[in-house]
Amino acid sequence: MLRLHYNLEKLSMGMVAAIIVAASIGGIVEIAPLFKIDETVTIPDDMRPHTPLELAGREIYIREGCYACHSQMVRSLADELDRYGPYSLAAESAYDHPMLWGSKRTGPDLARLGEKYSDAWHSAHLINPRDVVPASIMPSYPWLEQSLDTRLLSAQLGTLARLGVPYSSEMVEAAVADAQAQSRPDSDGVDAVLERYGEDVAVRAFDGDPSRLTEMDALVAYLQSLGTLTNAAYEILAEGETE
Amino acid sequence: MNAATTLSQSERQVGFGLAIALAVLGLVMAAGAKQGAMAVHGAMAMMLGMYLVFYIGGSFYQPEPNADRVNQYYDAPTRFGVTMTLIWAMIGMTAGVWVAALMYWPEATPAVPWTSYGRLRPVHTTGVIFGFGGNALIATSFYVLQRTSRARLADSISPWFILIGFNLFCAWAVTGYVMGSTQSKEYAEAEWYADLWLVVVWVTYFALYIRTLARRHEPHIYVANWYYMAFILVVAMLHIVNNLALPVSFGAAKSFTIWAGVQDAMIQWWYGHNAVAFFLTAGFLGMLYYFLPVRSGRPIWSYRLSIISFWGIVFFYIWVGSHHLHYTALPYWTQTLGMTFSVMLLVPSWASAGNAIATLNGAWHKVRDDATLRFMFVAAVFYGLSTFEGSFLAIRPVNSLSHYTDWTVGHVHSGTLGWVAMIIFGAIYTLVPQISGREEMAWPHAIEWHFWLAVGGTLIYVIALWNAGITQGLMWRAYDDHGALSYSFMESVQAMAPYYLLRTIGGAMFLIGAVICALNCRATYRLAPMSTEVSDRPLNPQPAE
Repeated sequence: MLRLHYNLEKLSMGMVAAIIVAASIGGIVEIAPLFKIDETVTIPDDMRPHTPLELAGREIYIREGCYACHSQMVRSLADELDRYGPYSLAAESAYDHPMLWGSKRTGPDLARLGEKYSDAWHSAHLINPRDVVPASIMPSYPWLEQSLDTRLLSAQLGTLARLGVPYSSEMVEAAVADAQAQSRPDSDGVDAVLERYGEDVAVRAFDGDPSRLTEMDALVAYLQSLGTLTNAAYEILAEGETE
Repeated sequence: MNAATTLSQSERQVGFGLAIALAVLGLVMAAGAKQGAMAVHGAMAMMLGMYLVFYIGGSFYQPEPNADRVNQYYDAPTRFGVTMTLIWAMIGMTAGVWVAALMYWPEATPAVPWTSYGRLRPVHTTGVIFGFGGNALIATSFYVLQRTSRARLADSISPWFILIGFNLFCAWAVTGYVMGSTQSKEYAEAEWYADLWLVVVWVTYFALYIRTLARRHEPHIYVANWYYMAFILVVAMLHIVNNLALPVSFGAAKSFTIWAGVQDAMIQWWYGHNAVAFFLTAGFLGMLYYFLPVRSGRPIWSYRLSIISFWGIVFFYIWVGSHHLHYTALPYWTQTLGMTFSVMLLVPSWASAGNAIATLNGAWHKVRDDATLRFMFVAAVFYGLSTFEGSFLAIRPVNSLSHYTDWTVGHVHSGTLGWVAMIIFGAIYTLVPQISGREEMAWPHAIEWHFWLAVGGTLIYVIALWNAGITQGLMWRAYDDHGALSYSFMESVQAMAPYYLLRTIGGAMFLIGAVICALNCRATYRLAPMSTEVSDRPLNPQPAE
C-alpha cells in the first residue's frame, strides 16, 4: 500500500482522480436514494402550496435572516412534541425551495406557529418584540410597514412551477391579484383565492389595514400558514395514540 | 509600490484587457438589472474594473521588472492576499462581535434594515469563513506550492485574477446580505451570479495549481499540496451541487434552489459540513503541514500517518453531514450513517493532530519561547479537541440535547477560533517577514500580546457557550413532577444572558488580537528589505517566456 502511494503521489492527475473518487462515494450513497424515496413517499391529499401572499412573506422571512434563530423542524422527541406539536414530516416541506429547517433555536421553533397567536399580536411583536414579550432579544422590524413589492411575484410562482411546485398557469397569472385579495376580506377576488388555494386559506387584513398591501401583511400571512398546509402530521400522531 | 510593475509589459497588457472586460461585465449587469442588489453589484464590478484600468495603465511607462525574476518565487500575490486576509478578519470579526452584542443588547443597532441582526449574521459568517479563511488559504497556497515544488507560479496573471475575483465574490456576497439579497442556504447565501463567478475563479485556481505542480523540481508532491488540492477540488464539487438554482429572471438577483424539502436539507448539510471539512479543515491542514515543520525546524513525525489521515479525512468526512439532521424527517438510516462515520472520523483527525504535536518533539523549547510556533501548537491542540467534540456531538442521544443550542455554536468556534484562526496567524507571522525580506516581524512583542488575547478570548467564548448550550438543552427537556414542561421558552432565553455577555467579551478580545496582527503586518511590510535569502528560490529556473 505504502509503495502504491509512494508512486501515486508523483502524479498530480492521479491524486486528483483519487481525491474525486474518495470524496464522491459518501455523497452518492446518502443523497441518491432520497430522490427514489421522493417517488414513494406520497404528498398528502390535502397538501397545498403557499399562496402568493404567503410566498412573498416567506421571501421576507428569508431576506431578514429569520432562519438564523428560528428552526422549522420539530424533532421526534417527547419534549418537542409537548412544547411545539406533532413532529415535522418530510412531505410538509416538499414544496419548499429552499427548506427552512434551520439549525439554531435562539428563539422557539416555528413549524407549528400558524394560528397560535392573533394577527395583531404578530404585527405588534414584529414592530417591537419587547412591547409584547418584555424579555425578548429578537430584533425589531419597524420597516415591515412599507408597501409590498409585488413586481417579481408572478415570475416567482412561475419559476417554482418549473421546479415542480403545483402552481397552475392560472395561479401564476393571478399571483398579484390573489396577494391583494388575500389581505382584503371584502374584495371581489377573495372567492378566486379560496377556489385556487382551498377553503382553509386565511383571508384577513393581516396588518389591520385592508387599504394597503404591506410587507407586514405578507409576513404575518406566512407565519399564520406555518404548519397549516396539511393536517397529515396531526393525523399521523392521532393514529399513533389510538393504536 | 505599484504591484503591476512586477508584471512584464505584455502581462500588463493582458491585465489591462481583463480589467476592461470586468468593467464591461459590470456595466452589462448594472444595465440589465436596472435596480436592486444585482444593479449595485454590477456597478461595483464596473468601478473595480475601471480602477484596475487606471492602476495597470499607470504602470505602462514603468520599467520592466528585473529579468532575474524567473529565478525567484512570485510572492506579490501572496502579499496582497495576506493584506486582504487581515482586512476581512477585521470586517468579519467586527460583524461577529456586533451580532454577539445584539443578543445581549438587542437594541444596539440603528433601526434600519441594513444593520439588522439577521442581515449582519451572514456578513460575519461569510466575512470570516470566505474573506478571512479563503484569502488566507489562497495566499498561503501560492507560497507553499512554489516552495514545495521549487518552481515559480506557472504564470503571473492568474494569481491576480484568482485573488481579485475571489474578493469580488466576497464583497458581492456581504453587500448583498445587507441589502436583503440571500439564498438563505447557510454558508452559501450568495446569489446565483456570484456563485457562477466563483466557479470561473475556482477553475482558474485549479488550473494554476496543476500547471505549477507540473513544473515542480521535486519528484514527490508534498503532503501540504494534497490537502490544498483536496480543498480546491471538493469545494468546487460542493459549491456547484449545492448552489444549483433557477433565477427568477436574468435581470434580478432572486433565484430558487432546484432542491426542495428533505433533499435540500441533505444536500445543504452535505455542503455545510463539508465546507467545514474541505474549506476549514483540509486547506488548513495543508497550511499546518508546511508551516509547522518549517517554523519548528523538525520534519513531519510520520509519513505513514500523513497518508492514513489524509485519505481518512477525504473519504470519511463526506458522509457525516447528515448528523445535522438527527430526529428530523430525514430517513433514519441516513442519520445513522452520518453518526457512524462521524465517530470513525475521529481516527484520521487525531492522527493528524497527533502527527502535528509529535513533530514538535525536540522543539518544545521553541514552543515555549516563540509565540508564532505556539500559535501553531495551540491550533493543533484545538484541532484535536474540537474534532473529538464533533464526533461526540454527532452521536444521536448527545445530539438530542445539543442540537439547536449554543453548544453547537461553541463547538464551531472552538474549531474556527482555536484551530483555523490560530494556524492562519502562525502562518502569517512566519511568511510575512519572509516575503518582506526581514528576519522577524516589526514588533515581536506584539505577537505575544496577540497570542494571549487570542487564547484567552477563545477559552472565554467556548466555555461560555458550553454552559449556555447545555443549560438550554436541559431546560428545554425538563419536566416537573406533574409531567408538564418545567420551563417556558422565554425562561431559557433569559438564562442565556450572562453567557451571551461573556461570549461578546471573548469575541472582542479575539478581534483586538487580530487588529494587533494587522498593524504588525503593515509595519513589517513598510520596513526596507534587508537581504533576500539565497536558498529560498526555485531550482533550475526555466527561461523567461
